[in-house]
Amino acid sequence: MKDHYDIAIIGTGPAGMAAATVASAHGADVLIVDEQPEVGGQIYRGITHQSIKDKTILGDDYYKGQSLADAFAASNADHVSGATIWQVSPEREIGISKDGAAHLLTADQVIIATGAQERPFPIPGWTLPGVMTAGSAQILLKSSGITFSNAVFAGTGPLLYLIAYQYLKAGVPIRAILDTTPKSNRLKALPHLPGALFHLSSIMKGRKWIKALKSSGTLFIEGIDNLKITGKDSTEAIEYLLQNKWHRIEASNVFLHQGVVPNVNLAMASGCIHHWNEQKLCWHASTDEWGSSNVPGISIAGDGGGIGGAIAAEYQGRIAAYQALYTTNKVKKQERDTNVLPAQHALTHEMRIRPFLDAMFRPATQYRIPTDDATIVCRCEEVTAGKIRESISLGCAGPNQLKGFTRCGMGPCQGRFCSLSVSELIAKAQNVSVNELEQLRLRPPVKPLMLAELANLTTLASEDT
Amino acid sequence: MHEIEMKPSPKVSIEFDGQTLQANKGETVAAALLRQTHLAFRTTPVTGKSRGPFCMMGVCFDCLVEIDGAPNRQACMTYVEDGMRVKRQLGAGDTGVFLSDEEDTQ
Ligand code: FES
Repeated sequence: MKDHYDIAIIGTGPAGMAAATVASAHGADVLIVDEQPEVGGQIYRGITHQSIKDKTILGDDYYKGQSLADAFAASNADHVSGATIWQVSPEREIGISKDGAAHLLTADQVIIATGAQERPFPIPGWTLPGVMTAGSAQILLKSSGITFSNAVFAGTGPLLYLIAYQYLKAGVPIRAILDTTPKSNRLKALPHLPGALFHLSSIMKGRKWIKALKSSGTLFIEGIDNLKITGKDSTEAIEYLLQNKWHRIEASNVFLHQGVVPNVNLAMASGCIHHWNEQKLCWHASTDEWGSSNVPGISIAGDGGGIGGAIAAEYQGRIAAYQALYTTNKVKKQERDTNVLPAQHALTHEMRIRPFLDAMFRPATQYRIPTDDATIVCRCEEVTAGKIRESISLGCAGPNQLKGFTRCGMGPCQGRFCSLSVSELIAKAQNVSVNELEQLRLRPPVKPLMLAELANLTTLASEDT
Repeated sequence: MHEIEMKPSPKVSIEFDGQTLQANKGETVAAALLRQTHLAFRTTPVTGKSRGPFCMMGVCFDCLVEIDGAPNRQACMTYVEDGMRVKRQLGAGDTGVFLSDEEDTQ
């Protein structure tokens, strides 16, 4: 790790790997850093040392990550793995902590490619041990070959059906799939169908998964109107509301999913402007066609700026890299434009399916804004929906004030699993759009640091003086 | 748990609350514990409720355990090493070691 780089890239998912490969191929001095020990991000997690013998379990789309990882491995970018990135300042000073020691370095250009996380799914019992995200089921499968027999999968969205299908392929018995996709979504998705038809094969793939799951005899229940998970010290059952009647399924493992949302904390704390996207019900980075943010020298690529999926992320990574190369005088305008054109076209094509997917799998209100006052919204500080509503009625105007009222958003996850619900809860109570509210103010360190890790920074600073 | 056919992996042994268990080299502490169907990793500081890993990707901090005497370690982000001693974290662990955004509540 050097003190300065031409281009620093945060995240080794598809966007980060593609950006690093392009940038170093054009002679830039590139640093790429990630929390995980291996490249791939979450989507291609474990791709460089996949040990599941049967390749049909994870499927072709997963193994597509291999060529990207190979190209990246052949590049001469400096790869720092297993590191916590706790700040990117507006001056592009990057704070990295590795092996218990913190470091600060700078870069002329920073590409933030922090990817996606699961959308919060605050329902009663979602904090019980045994309740995990569908994404975590995938991570366990991809990285360790671990699955849970007789688990229940509940929620909506392609990833939910995909992981259930992968379980099916692997011969893992599934207790039930509880599909919460609102029936009315179909009608609302219909106007977006023409765009989606450019991706007919993706749609057919999704249908194949669902068909296979249904014909396998797995309990597959659609039109679920509400959910709760019960148990004393761990998950004992999941209950679902179907046609005004509650039903109960015993289960020790429940995997929840209401889609994925951008991982915005690092970019927000860097001062990058975000806006509320009402179609996608989450924050989106306000960037130009290159992915450049309002902060000079900081751009955002991939799902971290807005969900587009792994393939789109790869194109966005390439586009951001060419712009960074151009800004640092590594390529001329002409070269940038010619090189970037295919990626721009491919990106436009890739995004055509998104409005359809967004409408089709739009999570219903009751899974985003808890109906039951006793439901925990902030997992870290155990703040309930009722407590938040009470604070609002006492005059709490926004998420930053709410911290003072309830400590909501002040735990180690720093709002990552509550801020969307909080914003929507407050907006709903005040009958305004989320965009009219102030945003949760985020500051570095965006990941909790041990005081001991900072000790060596102080040493570095005193050496400087 | 349902094991999928995998290429063989070197093993390490770790301790969880005094009990020795086998783990695959290259996997996280959280994966190693879940493999043995240990679902609860800690209790919460506020109400003492049981929690276990939720996201497996470093976001939720519900997998906090004590590793070799150090509290507040994310089990899903820490990789197993032979002889590692892992303990359930009860309550806040050792409060005050975390440095995060605590001010600004006006
Ligand atoms: S399981 Fe979420 S941070 Fe470890």
